[in-house]
Amino acid sequence: MSQAHSLVLTNLRKQFGKTEIIRGVDLAVNAGERVAIIGPNGAGKSTLFNLISGRFAPSSGEIHLHGQRIDGLKPFEINRQGLSRSFQITNIFPKLSVFENLRCSVLWSLGHRYSFWSFLSRLKDANELANEWMQRIHLAHKSEVLAMNLTYAEQRALEIGITMAGGADVVLLDEPTAGMSKSETERFIELIKTVTRGKTLLTVEHDMGVVFGLADKIAVLVYGEIIAFDTPDAVRSNPRVQEAYLGSMEEQGH
Amino acid sequence: MEFFVISMLNGLSYGLLLFMLSSGLTLIFSMMGVLNFAHASFYMLGAYFGYTLSGVLGFWPALVLAPVLTGAAGAVFESQVLRKVHKMGHVSELLVTFGLSYIVLELVQLIWGRVAVEFNPPAFLQGPMFTLINHSQQGLSLVSGEAGALCQAAEGVRVVCSPFPATRGFVMLTAMLMVVSLWWVLTKTRAGLIIQAALTHPQTVETLGHNVPRIFMLVFAMGTGLAGLAGVIGGFTFITEPAMAATVGSVVFVVVVVGGMGSLSGAFLASLLIGIVQTFAVAVDYSLMQLLADAGLVLSAHWQDNTMLKLSVSQVAPILPYLFLVLILIFRPRGLLGKRET
Amino acid sequence: MPNNQANNDTLKLTLWLGFALVLMVVPWVFTSNLSMTMLSQMGIAIIACLSYNLLLGQGGMLSFGHAVYSGMGSYLTIHALNAVSQGNLHLPVTLLPLIGGLAGMAFAVLLGFVTTRKSGTAFSMITLGMAELVFAMSLMFSEFFGGEAGVSGNRVAGEVFLGINYGPQRQVYYLIAAYTFVCVALLYALTQTPLGRILNAVRDNPERVEFIGYNTQQVRYRAFIIAGFFAGIAGGLGALNFEIVTAEVVGPARSGAYLLFTFLGGATFFFGPILGGILMVLAFVLLSELTKAWLLYLGMIFLFMVVYAPGGFAGLIMMNVRVIKAGAFGRLRVTYAGLFAAALLMLAGASSLIEMIYHLQLNAAIGPVLNFAGMALDTSSSSTWISAALVLLLGLAFFEWVRRRFVTAWEQIQTELAQQTARKELA
Repeated sequence: MSQAHSLVLTNLRKQFGKTEIIRGVDLAVNAGERVAIIGPNGAGKSTLFNLISGRFAPSSGEIHLHGQRIDGLKPFEINRQGLSRSFQITNIFPKLSVFENLRCSVLWSLGHRYSFWSFLSRLKDANELANEWMQRIHLAHKSEVLAMNLTYAEQRALEIGITMAGGADVVLLDEPTAGMSKSETERFIELIKTVTRGKTLLTVEHDMGVVFGLADKIAVLVYGEIIAFDTPDAVRSNPRVQEAYLGSMEEQGH
Repeated sequence: MEFFVISMLNGLSYGLLLFMLSSGLTLIFSMMGVLNFAHASFYMLGAYFGYTLSGVLGFWPALVLAPVLTGAAGAVFESQVLRKVHKMGHVSELLVTFGLSYIVLELVQLIWGRVAVEFNPPAFLQGPMFTLINHSQQGLSLVSGEAGALCQAAEGVRVVCSPFPATRGFVMLTAMLMVVSLWWVLTKTRAGLIIQAALTHPQTVETLGHNVPRIFMLVFAMGTGLAGLAGVIGGFTFITEPAMAATVGSVVFVVVVVGGMGSLSGAFLASLLIGIVQTFAVAVDYSLMQLLADAGLVLSAHWQDNTMLKLSVSQVAPILPYLFLVLILIFRPRGLLGKRET
Repeated sequence: MPNNQANNDTLKLTLWLGFALVLMVVPWVFTSNLSMTMLSQMGIAIIACLSYNLLLGQGGMLSFGHAVYSGMGSYLTIHALNAVSQGNLHLPVTLLPLIGGLAGMAFAVLLGFVTTRKSGTAFSMITLGMAELVFAMSLMFSEFFGGEAGVSGNRVAGEVFLGINYGPQRQVYYLIAAYTFVCVALLYALTQTPLGRILNAVRDNPERVEFIGYNTQQVRYRAFIIAGFFAGIAGGLGALNFEIVTAEVVGPARSGAYLLFTFLGGATFFFGPILGGILMVLAFVLLSELTKAWLLYLGMIFLFMVVYAPGGFAGLIMMNVRVIKAGAFGRLRVTYAGLFAAALLMLAGASSLIEMIYHLQLNAAIGPVLNFAGMALDTSSSSTWISAALVLLLGLAFFEWVRRRFVTAWEQIQTELAQQTARKELA
C-alpha cells in the first residue's frame, strides 16, 4: 500500500438482510486529491460514505485510512484518526449558536476532552479557532444566532464548518449543495475549494457542473460497484459510464 | 416431579400473561416509536372494568366488553393527547404516557378505593382444572377437577396432591388464542399487511392513500385493548388492586428490553423465560448457605450470620427480572432477538 | 460588544448575590416551625432537581430512577452519622453530606456503566429497571436498609463547632442553605465547561457528536456520575434533616416526583429546577393538606404542560418576559384573563366532582352533604352531579375557545418579534 494513499477501500461489501448494496468496491485515493462520487439514485453513494465514516460496519472488505485499518471502528474513533464527514440532510446542533456549534467541533481535536474543570470562555485556542472558521464560512456576523434560525444555505455552510473545523485531513462531503439555487451553488463551491485546500476530499454530487469544476478524479458508482475511476475527461468518454447515464451529461451541456 | 409440572404450567401461564401485555406494548412501539409507559395502567383499567361489569352483566359480557372499553379509552387518549406530542419527540411521548399512568392510578383509587377489590373468577373457573396425584404406591396419576378424597393419606401411604388452577388454564388458553389470532391478522389479512407496512414505512403507506393517523389510533387501541383483556383475566386470577399496574408494569418493560425492543418474538421468548424462572424461584426455599452445608462445608460463626448467604431463592425472586436486565445489558445489549441498532 | 457583556456580567453577579441574600434572610421572614421545615426541604429539593435536570434538560436523558442515587446517599450518610455518634468515625457532621455525595457518585459509577450503554427510550426503561432492582433489594437486606422501620440517627453528634451542634432546625437550615448555594453555583459552572456544552450537543444531535470526535456514551456516563454525586449530597442533607431514612427514599414515587417537578419547573432553563424544587415541597406539604386528590390534579397539570407548555413554568415566565420587554403584553391581557377565568371554572367543576366522589367513598356514613369551598353539595341529588359536570364542560369549552384566540394573538406577537430581530441583524 503506497504511503501516498490517504484512503483505500478494498473489496468493500455491505448487505442489509438479503440485499447487497455495496458489491465489492475498490478505491484508492491519493493524499490531497479531490474525488467526486457520482452515480444514479440508489447506487449506494450514501451507504458508501456511511461505511467509510463508521456509521455502518461493512459486511466484508477493508478500509484503510493513512495505512491504518478503520473498518468496523466506531465513528468517533475514525474521526479521531483524521476523517470527518458532512451530511446530506443538515445535521447541526440546532439549539446552540453558530459560534457554539463551531467551538464544539474543535474541542476534542484541541485536547479538551471531557473537561469539566475549565471554562469555555477561557479556552483561548478553542475560541480563536472557532472565530477563524466562522470568518471562513462567512457567518461571523451571525455568531450568536441559534443554528436553527439560519437560512438553509447558511446552515449548509455551518455544516461544512463543523466538518472541517476539527482539522481532519480526509473530508467526506455528502451532497453539500443539495437544495441550493444556481448562484448559491456557485458561491458554495468556491467556499469548498478554499477551505479544503490541501485536504483529501471525497464528495457525492449530482450536479455535473459542480463535479467537473471541482474534482480531480471522478468515481462512478452504479449498483454498488465502481465502474470507472479516472480524470473527468476520461470518465466522460467512458462508454460504460455513458451507458449508465444515458445522455444525462449531454443534457447538462458538457 | 409433580412440583415441576405444575410449576412449569404456572410459569407458562404467567409468562403468557406477560406476553399478552408485552406484545401490545411492542406493537405500539414498533409502529409508532412510542413506548407506552401507561400500558400497565390499561391492564389495571381492564381489571377494574371487568370487575364492575361482571357484577352487573355477568362474566362473558364483561370479558368482551371490558377490553373494548379499555381499547376505546386508549383510542381517545391517542387521538386527543398523544397525537399532539408526536412531533415533539420520544421524550415528550414518554412523558405524556408517564403522566397518564399517574392520572389513571389516581382515578382508579378515586372510584374504586385504595384497597384490593374482590374480583372473583366465575363459577366454572373456580377450583382446579386438574390435579396431579403422586401416590407412593400407585404412582403418578391425573384427575380432572378436585381430587378430594383421593388425597387422603392412609396407613404407610404418602399422597401428594398438586392442583392446577382453572383460572391459570384459562389464562393460557386465552393467551394462546390471542397469539394465534394476532399472527393471523398481521400476516393473513389485508389490514394486517397494511399495518406491517406502516410499521416500517409510514410515509409510503400514507402516500398510497391509507389514513396513517387512523391506523396509529387503531393499533394503539388494539394494544391497549389487549392489555385490558389481560387485565380482566389477570384481575380474577391474581389480584385487583391499585398497585397492580406498578408491579406488572416494570416487569413488562424488562421483558421488552430483554427480548429486544421492537421484536415480537423476542418479547415472547423473554416473557416465557422470565415467567417460568420467576415462578420456579418463588417456590424454592433453598439458600446459598444450605447449598454450602449440603456440599459439606462448615462455616465459621461469623459467616453463619451473613444475610446474603441466608437469602433463599424465593426471597430473591422479585429481583430476578431486573438481574436479567442487567445481565442482558452487559452481555447482549440489543436483547435476545433484537435487531442491531443502525 | 463589550458594553453588553459588562451589563450581562453585572446582571449575573447581582442575581447570584441576590440568591445568597435570599437564602440568608428568608428564615427571618418566615419564622414559623412549618416554614423552617419547608425551607430546609426546599434547599434539598433544589439540589436534587438540579442534579436531575443535568440528565433531563441538559443531556436529554429521561431517567425514571434518580431517587436511587439520592436515596443511597441518604443511607450512607445516616450510617456515617451513627458511626460518628458511636465514636467510630471522626468527621464533623457538617461534612457528612459529602459522604452522601460520594455514595451517590459510587453507585452512579457502578450502575451508570450499564445504564448509559443505551440512549433514548431504552435508557429510560433501564433506569426504571435499576430503580426497581434497588428498591426490591432494600426489602432483602434489612441490616443496611433497616427493614420496615428504616434507619434512624441523631444529628447532634461528634464535636460541637463554634456552638453549632445542629440541634435546632435553624442551624440545619443554614447548613442546607450553604450546601444549596455551593451546589447551585457548581452546577451552573458545569454548564459553562466543555463537558457541559458537549452534553448539550449530545442532547440535540447525538449522532453528529460522534462525528466531531466524542464518544457520546462516555459523555453521558460522566454526566450521569456527576448527577449522581449531587443527588447524593441532596440525600445526605435529607438524612441529617429528618434523622431517619426509610426505603421510600429509593422508591419509584420519589423518582417520579423528581421527574414531575423538574419538568414542571422547567427543564429548558437553568433556574427551572430551582422553581421545581420549591413547587415540590409546597405541593407535598401544603397541597396535600388541601385535598386528597392532589396527585390527580398534579398529574393533570403535568399532562397539560407536556402538551401545551413543554418549557415548564420557567419557560412560560421567560417567554412572557420577552413579550413584556417588547411592550406587547397589553395585547394579551384580555386573553390571559379569559384563560384564567376558564381555568377557574374547570377547577370548580372538576374539584366538586372529585370531592363528591371522595365523600361517597370515605365519609358516606356522615351523610350525603359535603361542605366544600363554602358550598353545601348534596351527593345524593343528581342535580348536584349534573351541574358540577356542566360547569366542568362549560369551563373546558370556554378554555378551548379562549386558548385558540390566545394562540393567534401570541403567534402574531412572535412573528413581529422575529421580524424585529431579523431587521436588527441585517442592519
